[in-house]
Amino acid sequence: MTKLLDISNLTRKFDLCDGELTALDNVSLSLDAGKILGVVGESGSGKSTLARIVMALDHPTSGTVHINGQSLFDLSPAALRTARRDFQMIFQDPYGSLDPRHNVGRLIAEPLYLEQNAPSGTAKRDRIAALLEDVGLRADDMNRFPHEFSGGQRQRIAIARALITKPKLVVADEATSALDLTVQKQILELILKLRAEHGISVLFITHNISVVEEICDDVVVLEHGKLVETGPTDAVLNAPQEAYTRRLMNAEPTLEHIGRKAWRAARAP
Amino acid sequence: MMLSIKDLRVSFDHSTGARTEVVHGINLDLDRGETLGIVGESGSGKSVLSLAIMGLLPGSAHTSGQIRFEGEDLLAVPERRLCDLRGRKIGMIFQEPMSALNPAMTVGNQIAEGLRLHKGMSKHDARNEALRLLEMVQIPQAATRIDSYPHEMSGGQRQRVGIAIAIALKPDLLIADEPTTALDVTVQAEILDILDDLVTDLGISLILISHDLGVIARIADRTLVMYRGDEMEQGDTERVLRSPTHDYTRKLLNAMPSRARKSLDQTGAMTGSEANHD
Repeated sequence: MTKLLDISNLTRKFDLCDGELTALDNVSLSLDAGKILGVVGESGSGKSTLARIVMALDHPTSGTVHINGQSLFDLSPAALRTARRDFQMIFQDPYGSLDPRHNVGRLIAEPLYLEQNAPSGTAKRDRIAALLEDVGLRADDMNRFPHEFSGGQRQRIAIARALITKPKLVVADEATSALDLTVQKQILELILKLRAEHGISVLFITHNISVVEEICDDVVVLEHGKLVETGPTDAVLNAPQEAYTRRLMNAEPTLEHIGRKAWRAARAP
Repeated sequence: MMLSIKDLRVSFDHSTGARTEVVHGINLDLDRGETLGIVGESGSGKSVLSLAIMGLLPGSAHTSGQIRFEGEDLLAVPERRLCDLRGRKIGMIFQEPMSALNPAMTVGNQIAEGLRLHKGMSKHDARNEALRLLEMVQIPQAATRIDSYPHEMSGGQRQRVGIAIAIALKPDLLIADEPTTALDVTVQAEILDILDDLVTDLGISLILISHDLGVIARIADRTLVMYRGDEMEQGDTERVLRSPTHDYTRKLLNAMPSRARKSLDQTGAMTGSEANHD
């Protein structure tokens, strides 16, 4: 069976004034249709570089990326443009990723330029309205502007925009990191609902391993550009093999102890 | 009591002339060496409350009630007096360490600035003290990094510099507004450990604002839960989280990822009731 996303031996090096930085070092991973794959690591682990390459916003130094069996970096510019409707992205900052001068309808419809037979007029409005309702907003919100919405609502708008071309793959780069926990929970539930309804696959990038546990089927742990551990989420989190994975897990704020003095006592050697 | 807030109300003027109250009568007390967590969602008024204590509310804000700090009502003293207290007696740590720092000044000079202005230290002494502070917040190779600019540092290192600036004048009270929200979980854990050590070693009082009950549980002796400008409940952190008296606190607990609240579920303190506040 062809994987929806298949990444082999991906390496990305950047030239710096004092040498070279290997942001991704021989990373291989794959994602089946309808699955959610978590990519977890700290700042500098290469997870955003990975997202940019999967979105064809950056080129690898070596290695291949196949989406739906097509080799992403062997496509002609015209073919890449057509292929782009199959993969869309949700960014971390819902304040920076929506143009404040455009109304929500126009923002959501923007990726439609990738479609040759894009709907127009009433058909287009109907598609925007249906998507707004899918993400928990109202159809008439299409006439409003980003500043009229909260951070969580803006992220819902960004998700609607990512879905308008009916993509097969959505890349979410720290899509809930800027949100309150209560709003984060709502957005995670929304992603699970949309996966069930639209059959999308998600590459879910985060530094937060407890969020991975909430929604990801499988997980990849990156450290300094290297893949250090991967597997089904439950297996990896219940029996992490790598010290780095355990370090990420231990850093999560939990209610294992409650109150400063209790934590201090637990931390004492 | 070091800090005692009585019936604090804050409202803002609209351009239309209307006035909206956003903090509706908050009361709290904070003792020396004690840490208070303020938790709530966006719009709960927690940042407005912290700006009110610092006297940094914009001109369109109106306040009533009392903020007594070491016996003085901060709402009644002139701006000149607040300038003297800010930094020297009350330090603040902000959410975004990049925008809180001056990009055109080395971090050493930024830490030394307050020491020279408030304490009249010589350039040499202020630099030595800045170095000691950088070591205190565990910046590696502090003797070299003292001459770095903020853009040459990682987010976690910048926040350490922010903390060094805030504690430079040995304030009695430190206010930290979402100090770890912009950071990775691993860096967040290190920053919380540093804050804990500073409070313990220097006897500073700390108010830490967060939307994350995991962060609050780590650092706060006592917790105030806020929603839309009102107190939902307040008390010993352990009591508030293990046996919440308000549905909104339960809603915040339920919003935590299951891994984070697992140990609480195991102790059976959660009622599991879903509160709805939307």
